[in-house]
Amino acid sequence: MFANLKNNDKLIMLGFTIMVFAGPIILAPFGAGYPDLLQRFAIFGIFAIGFNILFGLTGYLSFGHAAFLGVGSYSAMWMFKLLTMNVIPALILSVIISALFSVVIGYMSLRRSGIYFSILTLAFAQMSYNLAYSVFTPVTNGETGLQLRLQDARILDAVNTSGSLPSPSLFGLKLSATTVVEAFGMRFQFNWGFYFCAIVLIIMFYISLRIFRSPFGLMLRAVKTNQNRLNYTGINTRPYTLGAFVISGVYAGLAGALLVCTDPLAGAERMQWTASGEVVLMTILGGAGTLIGPVIGAGAIKYAENIFSKINDTVLEGYFAFMPETISDFFVFIVSPFVGEGWHLMLGLIFMLVVTFLPGGLVEGATRITGWIVSLGKKSKSVDANGSTEAAE
Amino acid sequence: MAILEVRNVSKRFGGLQALDDVNLSVEEGSIHAIIGPNGAGKSTLLNCFVGRLMPDTGTVLFQGKSLLGKKPHEINQLGVSRVFQTPEIFTDLTILENVMIAAFAKRDGAFSFNLFGRVKKETEIRDTAEKILHDVGLKEQLTHSASAMSRGDKRRLELAMCLSQDPKLLLLDEPTAGMARADTNATIDLLKEISATHNITKVIIEHDMHVVFSLADKISVLAQGTVIVEDKPENIKGNPKVKEAYLGEAEGE
Ligand SMILES: Nc1ncnc2c1ncn2[C@@H]1O[C@H](COP(=O)(O)OP(=O)(O)OP(=O)(O)O)[C@@H](O)[C@H]1O
Ligand SMILES: [Mg+2]
Repeated sequence: MFANLKNNDKLIMLGFTIMVFAGPIILAPFGAGYPDLLQRFAIFGIFAIGFNILFGLTGYLSFGHAAFLGVGSYSAMWMFKLLTMNVIPALILSVIISALFSVVIGYMSLRRSGIYFSILTLAFAQMSYNLAYSVFTPVTNGETGLQLRLQDARILDAVNTSGSLPSPSLFGLKLSATTVVEAFGMRFQFNWGFYFCAIVLIIMFYISLRIFRSPFGLMLRAVKTNQNRLNYTGINTRPYTLGAFVISGVYAGLAGALLVCTDPLAGAERMQWTASGEVVLMTILGGAGTLIGPVIGAGAIKYAENIFSKINDTVLEGYFAFMPETISDFFVFIVSPFVGEGWHLMLGLIFMLVVTFLPGGLVEGATRITGWIVSLGKKSKSVDANGSTEAAE
Repeated sequence: MAILEVRNVSKRFGGLQALDDVNLSVEEGSIHAIIGPNGAGKSTLLNCFVGRLMPDTGTVLFQGKSLLGKKPHEINQLGVSRVFQTPEIFTDLTILENVMIAAFAKRDGAFSFNLFGRVKKETEIRDTAEKILHDVGLKEQLTHSASAMSRGDKRRLELAMCLSQDPKLLLLDEPTAGMARADTNATIDLLKEISATHNITKVIIEHDMHVVFSLADKISVLAQGTVIVEDKPENIKGNPKVKEAYLGEAEGE
């Protein structure tokens, strides 16, 4: 029964859509009700889904995808500055520009495979990062980052007389607007920015699902297991890997554009190698090569970041206050390097544990648990059956 | 008519002359065997046909056109399929998917940007794949992973992949290498059956002389990079040169 469920695309899409739309309600008890964090779940979910099409399917591990995230952000910002605050042209331009960038970087990096491919992508991304700070400052505004200004052209928008900066909108509907609904004694926030990102996430998830099921996707998986055999089977692998690279680059560009749709500020630090590394972690943590894994991985890491990076020594002392002072000081001393600024240490620890004990990521963990529950269910049933036959005798 | 012509092919690896002025012609529709002791240069020769190695001198013509400088996938698209000395398959995929990939390559060419088709709905491709898997006698569950198969079954799978492309020329590098006697005989029978049902020209490379005597129409004996004899199987058996080449080896080992 579970196998059927797993392969029924309509059910997968339905389940995914419900989970995403209900996200603010489901996650509210976990302190994830803020539109900010939920938007990040959706945006980095898109980033990771795209990355998984390259890494999960073909096995080519890129360490430079943050470059496309940054390129997408800058393109979208320029649309906001020059054309209109409507997000649609911004998304379109970011898709086009990130596709162009990924064709060039992909074409050059894919001449090598394995570790050399990874190093090449890393080098190109760091180059983009440095260029953004130096040669391209007229486009990127260097260290200050690209921001909205009152005197920007915005030729399609009405003249701004309010004196305050405009904010991104979808045909007049402001993405920063939040509708608050009180029900069942709780406050639910419906943020339009989140629901816009959520719709894009669902569309991009559907596209990824179709790619997984397509002959193109089958070839990508074949590249991962035996590229040599594929060549001798009459397949030219290069355009397949380049196709996957560009698709994942476009996903990244789109995610970058959504970042500035929810917070109109683009800085070069978005392109740094740590950001590229983060999407690798998300994909592997959730389960590379699985459909839903990258979304879960992205959510898990952004959630952990939100929790652990906010904890400081004072908060920790609160946690350990029930202990005698010397012991609590000791615990604070041990734990504090792993939280706050040092939360990446905690991330590394979680990552190591998952990769060691669940090489298939969190999705493998979930599969094991459901398998375990199903087998338990079967056992109790067969015991029942035995019991009843005995009774009959 | 010769479908494959090898003219004056030489190949050197550093100080080793692996192939020395090899000439060979394979008749269309025949089974041509290339035999020779270990290290004679058989695999090297085959690698010159499929674009893996570039000969230092000489030419390789397939249907009158040169194969030199062509990439492996281009040569395959011309109608040349090969099986490897150690079976090469897609171990992470299912048995059926392995063969479907080959069938896709035949139908859609070296590249097709088929992003939104569904593998599930490609019934024609799947039927072809299933039929051929049945032909080669693979009785495993076709939706199982290809990784857990025995070596003999992997060989069958690889053969099915090649056959699904309906090639004009099939190159087999030691199809019975590392097999037990029973498996070897089963493979010979399989190749005979395939020859009866599919009219495909075959070049079989072998180390084991017994395998080829029952299959081949013509045999070339390769030793130290040169063809020492090319003749019908019945004339090869008693040839003193061949005996000499195999001297010191347990005959038919
Ligand atoms: N890429 C290579 N570089 C250097 N030497 C090589 C290379 N490939 C093959 N050789 C050498 O060339 C010679 C012929 O090798 P080849 O693999 O063609 O022999 P073979 O007839 O297929 O033998 P076997 O029966 O063991 O498969 C051997 O001495 C081998 O070591
Ligand atoms: Mg060999």
